[in-house]
Amino acid sequence: MAIKQISVFLENKPGMLDAMTAVLADAGISLRALSLAETKDFGIVRMIVADVYQTANVLKENDYICSMTPVVAVMIPDVVGGLNKVLNALTAAKVNLEYMYSTLTGKQSGNAYMILRVENILKAEEALRAAGFKLADQDSMSELV
Amino acid sequence: MERYFQKEMECADRETMRSIQNEKFLKQVKHVWDNVPYYRKKMEDKGVTLDDIKSIDDISKLPFLSKADLRDAYPYGLLGTPLKDCVRIHSTSGTTGKRVVAFYTQNDVDMWEECCARAITAAGGTDEDVCQVSYGYGLFTGGAGLHGGSHKVGCLTIPTSSGNTDRQIMFLNDLQATILCCTPSYAAYLGERMKEMGLGPDDIPLKAGIFGAEAWSEEMRQDIQNTMGIKAYDIYGLTELSGPGVSFECSEQSGMHINEDHFYAEIIDPDTEEVLPLGSEGELVFTSLDKEAFPLLRYRTRDICCLSREKCSCGRTLVKMMKPKGRSDDMLIIRGVNVFPSQIEAVLLNQGYAANYQIIVDRVNNTDTLDVHVEMTPEMFTDNLGEIDRRQKALVDGMKSMLGIKAKVTLVAPKSITRSEGKAVRVIDNRKI
Repeated sequence: MAIKQISVFLENKPGMLDAMTAVLADAGISLRALSLAETKDFGIVRMIVADVYQTANVLKENDYICSMTPVVAVMIPDVVGGLNKVLNALTAAKVNLEYMYSTLTGKQSGNAYMILRVENILKAEEALRAAGFKLADQDSMSELV
Repeated sequence: MERYFQKEMECADRETMRSIQNEKFLKQVKHVWDNVPYYRKKMEDKGVTLDDIKSIDDISKLPFLSKADLRDAYPYGLLGTPLKDCVRIHSTSGTTGKRVVAFYTQNDVDMWEECCARAITAAGGTDEDVCQVSYGYGLFTGGAGLHGGSHKVGCLTIPTSSGNTDRQIMFLNDLQATILCCTPSYAAYLGERMKEMGLGPDDIPLKAGIFGAEAWSEEMRQDIQNTMGIKAYDIYGLTELSGPGVSFECSEQSGMHINEDHFYAEIIDPDTEEVLPLGSEGELVFTSLDKEAFPLLRYRTRDICCLSREKCSCGRTLVKMMKPKGRSDDMLIIRGVNVFPSQIEAVLLNQGYAANYQIIVDRVNNTDTLDVHVEMTPEMFTDNLGEIDRRQKALVDGMKSMLGIKAKVTLVAPKSITRSEGKAVRVIDNRKI
């Protein structure tokens, strides 16, 4: 059920993210989710897209270095405490969270997804399903607006 | 019990060695004068004739040969014997210009292989040993030299050449090899792969490795020794002189003994060309003493190192050269320390990076700064920031150990390093001195 995230190496300089998103725009790739992790010299852009393989090819052709990382996408109800319930389930299962970010969906679509990077994916999925959460697969990512 | 391949030469007293060198030197100069018009003209231009050379003390009267001479004289201009007497050539990779082609008679090949046999014997090799030669075979001298040396010692020789790592390990394991000859970076790689395959010193009885042809640090030696459970010996040489085996390390691992009955070493100041006293750091210059096909008098290696005649515990009296730090023509002086791009390159290769780097030197508040930009590679990239941080730190530590000074390492995007006509610009020195 895990979906694949694309991670891209970028230098921490003005215009780098601009140039990369231009490459994606030219290839007609739209982003479902995005997050940035940075150090002083460089950063890692993490993205969720509909077609990871197409995106990886486009990036490689343009001399970007990227890798794919399995992550969990959990549907999160748009209510107060929604995220907290997800985290409760993970804590109870003793799953360590490395990082997380959310999809770029607006209010009208009703649901948002949290993208979770965890040490043990199978254990996390099991815990979340047991707690009644809906997990997305790669196909449902393409349907997301 | 120390073993020697040619004890009478390796342990000769100073006086005997000097007299052997003197006799061979005079013969070699005459051979060149009679048979190599290119060098004879250089002597004549300097106003030196055969009559001026009465003993090896007169060596400083002779003109130098440089890499440029080898290029000018390419391919046959420095040949000392008719081609019919030559049996082989070897050639350098040609990364710094035109290829150098060196010629060998059968006597030249024998002399070279004996030099390598001395190295293998100094590493503990005997006719009981199984010696795997994982240097490349072909134009490169590494494979042929150690292969010949291994034969002369009488080892069972496994001529695997380089590449196909899993097959290398299969032979090491199946034939229970005891000596491995290859480049240090390949040895490190083989060691890692063996570990992954669950093979260690208990499975493969390797005892010694003879590693050369590139710069490596003491830290890397320790790593290889620990992973493989061996003693790792350095070996030095250059195609122009024969190949590996010009000098070799003994069990003391504190410099390489020069086979000075064949190769006479001098240290000069690379700028003034003045001969420096024993122990000074400078450019290494070699004179072949008994080569037939490709005799070279006062050949400037461009390698920077120093010589030592301190008594060695192995019993050899052959002069020792310290590991060369790099090439005289691309040496940088940073905070008073000599730094060579080749050292930085070695650290990168040792840690699995490609040699895509740029060295940026600057001066901030009267202190030199050294910043090494390294292009990220797909192999080194991971989504985990902590892991990248750890790898970056390993590079900083590796540089500190190799250079003796601290460098800042910056990971940059692929293909972002300035290239001029396809070749990367390695050094940018912004210091205004």
